[in-house]
Order: sequence, then C-alpha cells, then structure tokens
Amino acid sequence: LPPQHHKLAEVDIYEKLPVPFGLVRFGVAPDHPEVKNVINTFTQTAHSDRCSYYGNVTVGKDVMVEELRQAYHAVVLSYGAEDNRILGIPGENLSGVYTARTLVGWYNGLPENRDLEPDLSSETAVVLGQGNVALDVARILLSPLDLLRKTDITENSLAALARSKVKRVCLIGRRGPLQVAFTIKEMREMINLAGTRPLLDPADFMGLGDALKDAPRPRKRLTELMVKTALEKPNEKEAGRWAAATREWGLTFFRSPLEILPAADGKRAGGIRMAVTRLEGSGETAKAVPTGEVQELESGLILSSIGYRSLPIDPSVPFDPKQGIVPNILGRVEGAPGLYCSGWVKRGPTGVIITTMNDSFGTAQSILEDLQSGTLALSDSKGGFGSLRSVLHSRGIWPTTFTDWEKIDAVEVAKGKAVGKPREKVVDPQEMLQLIGH
Amino acid sequence: CLSHTHTALRQILDAFLIQTTRQAAMETNSLVTVHFINRNGERLTATAKEGESMLDVVVNQNLNIDGFGACEGTLACSTCHLIFEEDAFKQVDTVTDEEMDMLDLAYGLTDTSRLGCQVCIKKWMYGITVQVPMEVSDIRRQLEVGKQSKQ
Repeated sequence: LPPQHHKLAEVDIYEKLPVPFGLVRFGVAPDHPEVKNVINTFTQTAHSDRCSYYGNVTVGKDVMVEELRQAYHAVVLSYGAEDNRILGIPGENLSGVYTARTLVGWYNGLPENRDLEPDLSSETAVVLGQGNVALDVARILLSPLDLLRKTDITENSLAALARSKVKRVCLIGRRGPLQVAFTIKEMREMINLAGTRPLLDPADFMGLGDALKDAPRPRKRLTELMVKTALEKPNEKEAGRWAAATREWGLTFFRSPLEILPAADGKRAGGIRMAVTRLEGSGETAKAVPTGEVQELESGLILSSIGYRSLPIDPSVPFDPKQGIVPNILGRVEGAPGLYCSGWVKRGPTGVIITTMNDSFGTAQSILEDLQSGTLALSDSKGGFGSLRSVLHSRGIWPTTFTDWEKIDAVEVAKGKAVGKPREKVVDPQEMLQLIGH
Repeated sequence: CLSHTHTALRQILDAFLIQTTRQAAMETNSLVTVHFINRNGERLTATAKEGESMLDVVVNQNLNIDGFGACEGTLACSTCHLIFEEDAFKQVDTVTDEEMDMLDLAYGLTDTSRLGCQVCIKKWMYGITVQVPMEVSDIRRQLEVGKQSKQ
C-alpha cells in the first residue's frame, strides 16, 4: 500500500528468507542490473517508519495465515510461484536434466539451489521452452565470461561456467515462431550477444507476412526482428561477428518432448526424443498436435523452462490447483474477508515489472475501497507484529529486520568491490544470520 | 463595476507575467514549464531544466506519479510511459528500437507514446502537456468484472 494513499496504514512485510527482494534478487538475470534498480524504490518504501520487514519467517509453517489474520486488519499474500510446471515425461530424473528455475536459482545465489553443481560437460544444451527465462539461461550459458565477471553472478557459478563445454543452445518450442513467449528486448539482446551467432532455419520464417497483418504491435515487431535475422543478409559488421563466433544458439519449432534418453551409462541424459507437431488453429491460441513423426536430438544438458506454478501456502487459504493461483476477485481472496493477494499468486506466473506493479496497485486499490466501504472493520484493534513476536520466539523463530539486511548488503557490496563486481552474494542462510549476530 | 475591472486588470497582469516569465525562461536558456496529467486526471505543473529528461523532471520535482521510472531510466521497463499531444510528438527526437521494444510492453500504448526517460526537455516544449496513461487496473477491473458476470 503506497504510503501516499493512506495516511495511517502500517505495513509489515514477512519473508521466508533472511534477505528481501525475492524474484528481483534471485530471478532477474545477473546481466540485467538495470532491472534491479527497482530495489532502490523498494528500499525507500522499507525505510518509511510505517513499514517494517520481518525476514526468516516462513508463513504457513512458522506462523499460519489464520494467526496473521488475527494480528492484522488486512493480509496480502504475495508469495509468487515457487514451483515448476513439470514435463511429465520419462527420463526427467536423469542426471543432466534440470529445471531452468534451479539453474537460475543457482547462478543467482538462491540458498536452496547453491549446491546444484550442474553438469556443463555437454557441447549442446537443450532448453525446452521459448520464454524469457529460456532466453535468460541460454544467454548466461553462452555469454563471454568477461561480461559475466562484472555482474553479481555467484563466484561458484562463474567458476563452473568458466569450465563449461557448452557451445550451442537449442531453444525448443511445441509451437511456431508466431507463438514464442519471450519479449523483443530479450530476443534483440540474444541476437546481439558477443561471441555468438544465431542458428535460425529460414524455412521457419518465410511467408509469415499474412499472419502478421492484424497482429498487435509487440507480436509484429518481435516477429519482424526474427524474420530479419533469419532471412536478410547481415551487414558486414554483423556477418564478421557471426563468422568469428565460437558459440551459437537456435530456435527449434514444432517439437514436443516425448522422452529424455539416457546416455550409455544409463544414468546421465544423452538426448531427447521429440514429437514433430503442426498447428491447429492460429495466433496466440493455436494448439500443437503431433504429426506422428518423431525426431531425436543428442544433448547431455537438458533444461526445462515451461513455466512456474504457485503452491498453496496454508490449508486455510483457498487455492485453485488447476490455474495454480489463489482464487480472487480483483485481489480479494474469495470467501476470506480481509485476505488479499497480489502478483503471480493472484494472476499466474507471467509478466514484467509493469505487470506486477499495476497488479499490486490494483490490490491496494481494493483494500482502500474496502476500508472506505467499511468492509474492513477497523473497530477491533489489532496487535500486528507486536502480538506475534513472542509466539514466533517461542517457536524458535527470530525474524530479521531491514537493518539486518543492510548489514548483509554492506558485506556483499564490499566483497564484490574487491573483485570488481557490484556485489558478491552470501548464499548460505546460516552465514547471513551469523553476519547479523543471530 | 469594480470587480469586473479588477478581473480584467488581473487578466492583463497575468498575461504580462506569463509572457515575461516565458521570455525570461527562454532567455536564460534553462527553465521550461511543462504539465503532466496524472492518472486520476490531476494536472501537475513542473519547472524543468533544458536537457533534463521527462523522467528527471518527475523525480527532481517530486511529482506524485505512482511507480514512475522503476528502472531509473535504463530502458528496462515501461513505467515512465507518457502520451504526447500530436504536434509535440512530431517534434520530439526520433525513437530508437530499444525504446520501441520497451514501449511494446507498455499499457495503454498510443501512436504518440514515448518513454519519459528518453525524451529530453527542449526550449520549444514550454507549456506542453503530457498524459500519464490512465490507471490500467481500472481497465482491467472492468474486464474482470465483465468476465465474472459472464460466468
């Protein structure tokens, strides 16, 4: 709730990890520092004397949503989408198969993924999916080390990427070029990535003009960029860059994964078997249906990037397992007055900064309306964190504060400075707690 | 009557003041008055410096526009989206592919949309009015209400 819209509201933020910022710290790619500038605005809000941060508290385990609802007039669930959609195909558990999310968590220093140690010994990597996360992992796998060295990528993953054998990344989609989910900024970045060249099959991009006529501007511009890259002769500079490139990436369309094939040892991934598909229908809602033809591709590194999924946080909170969201009307959780939701758990796991921002404004608006209409009764006084502190302590939970985070932040920035990075993240929660004297 | 004369005099005086302020601003080569229409329709007036970006103006003058410029002018979001009047739009510097890329993700995109962080204040902008796109959640609210009533 932006402080400017209500003069008295006090907001406490609870977070599972000791440190704040969630997806911005652990999801945004290390080579996108400009996106992380939003942290400055968040920090300003956190410094408001009507806002407090309590980290290291797992809602649904350390404190139940029901307890929060008793301690506050309004509770907003904004815990995102911590799970993956799964492929559900044989071989998914072979070594060398990861979700893109765990790889992202690993290079971004998410505590639960810090020991991933992915096997990067395969020359060809396959990414299943054609969204921005797919492009993020492809870009990190292919970026020249000198670019990554200046980012806040973890020390550990930088060392692993230095030993990586990956030279080629294939991004595979069930549908066609008109259905890719990534956005144009990320595609342009990929096309311009130093030391790499695009592998695009001209046949995939011919004759798309008609379908584009009535497409909305974003789809049109994105497709035109891919068409230009695939079909037009590059200028001299670009042609030179492509010729000199040592790494490459490509988009493969109309393939649906059937099975991950084991390598000779039976333990590691050796390749992937895919159904060739064709489209039924057109545009955004077109469906991929198998043609009956099957194709195999050799690869020892397979990353699935087919989307995220929210999980229920607490049995008392309604949850729609099919859509993977908390059922709500404009952010008001159905059947639970005073309970709200925002972000991916409200809307599903898609969108960029502005989507999530507008979405949170919408939920805040709903709360303000409910205050005005009296739906949110302020007559009973609520104890807030004060009434939960001793309960948490009795359960052995010692929340971290924003001041604690600022101590960790200072350590990270100082460690980073020594090696020419914006920060070197502390990846072990125990170490975080030690740094703040917990 | 007196009040009429007073009003007339006042108008002449105001016009004179506006004129001189405008001239002074142009002569000193520095200050340019621009107006923003906020999401709720409120008109915000700011004295901008030549060379500043529209985003700088909003930040430096503390204009109360929610979430404006989240990425701080680095072309990584579209939260500083502004809609220009057609004549002004034609005079603003040309748009780059990178700005167009971010505008593609903006809500309420129009033919005269720009990102505030990419538009620099020039002398000729004296008195122009730009519109912050209407609160998009309002549009979505209507859509969602519509959806619900269908179910």
